Amino acid sequence: MMKRLLAIGLILVIGYWLANGLAGVPFGEDRMLVGQYYLDNVKQQTGAINAVTAVVVNYRGFDTLGEVTVLFIASTGVGALLWRRKKERTAEVEGSVVLTTGTKLLVPFVILFGSYIFIHGHLTPGGGFPGGATIATAFLLLYMAFTAYEIPHKGFEKTEGVAGMSYVLVGLIGLAIGGYFLFDWIWQTWKIGTVGELLSGGFIPVIYMLIGIKVGTELSGIIDNMIKEGVSE
Amino acid sequence: MISAYYFGAISLVLIGLYAVLVKKNLLKILVGLSIMETGVNLLLISIGYVSGRSAPILSEGIGPNQAVDPIPQALVLTAIVIGVATTAMALSAAILIYEKYGTLNVEEIRRLRG
Repeated sequence: MMKRLLAIGLILVIGYWLANGLAGVPFGEDRMLVGQYYLDNVKQQTGAINAVTAVVVNYRGFDTLGEVTVLFIASTGVGALLWRRKKERTAEVEGSVVLTTGTKLLVPFVILFGSYIFIHGHLTPGGGFPGGATIATAFLLLYMAFTAYEIPHKGFEKTEGVAGMSYVLVGLIGLAIGGYFLFDWIWQTWKIGTVGELLSGGFIPVIYMLIGIKVGTELSGIIDNMIKEGVSE
Repeated sequence: MISAYYFGAISLVLIGLYAVLVKKNLLKILVGLSIMETGVNLLLISIGYVSGRSAPILSEGIGPNQAVDPIPQALVLTAIVIGVATTAMALSAAILIYEKYGTLNVEEIRRLRG
């Protein structure tokens, strides 16, 4: 009881302190500096109309590279922590007929919609990470509905590695053509497509396709590792 | 008077902090960490809001002067993914701890180690 009261007191002090700090930052006021530059120049400089994905992939591409690395390390870490000699699915109850049939019908649509999200990252809300998470949801559905389902490991892990390597490769091509890593060579030197159509946005759709595939396979791998249990022989 | 969004974001961070400080079940502590993360993301997004403006997707009718700040949204996109990654790592550590010690109570785990 004493501990709880102490914690509540401490939290109220921290809350008052944070609220005091935020009182100097009025809500809903225009205080963009760099943001206005991005909004003004995003169409000519990147060919994308979605400013958020342009910032994420193009202006601040290193952040995304680091983010992909963090996710890759997490997926490898989960695999390393939960590694055992013999791992199997131990679920005993198959989903009901409604669930299994519904899953069979839904999975292609969910994967199609996930691909739609990451291919149209430069035009609509979304991008590689939401699209990849949607694709992983399809595999989660399969894991939940069927007792024996497993993702095809060999293909999945290779696809993940190849997608990550291709991202770095796209950056290195930019280094060769434009002089710095992650230079947008497709838009800056070739100007393919008109702004606002699918064939535009420079290398944003290319990189988001790679990220979407990578994130989808990675999250499916994490689900696979967590759902299996060690079986003694 | 502080805005409702700031208030909500700070409250989420504080609720998460309370769970981390007081709760003894490891999974509840992880839930607290996730709540804290949500609060931080909400705070970042609400700092970027400009009243009366629309999402920063410059399609028909939305020019550069009718969109909100895109930078906090890009930052939060990164932060969400990192939060998911750390949560996945922490959950697999929790699975291992339960298999090794047979309990998720942090005080009992501390006693078993000593």
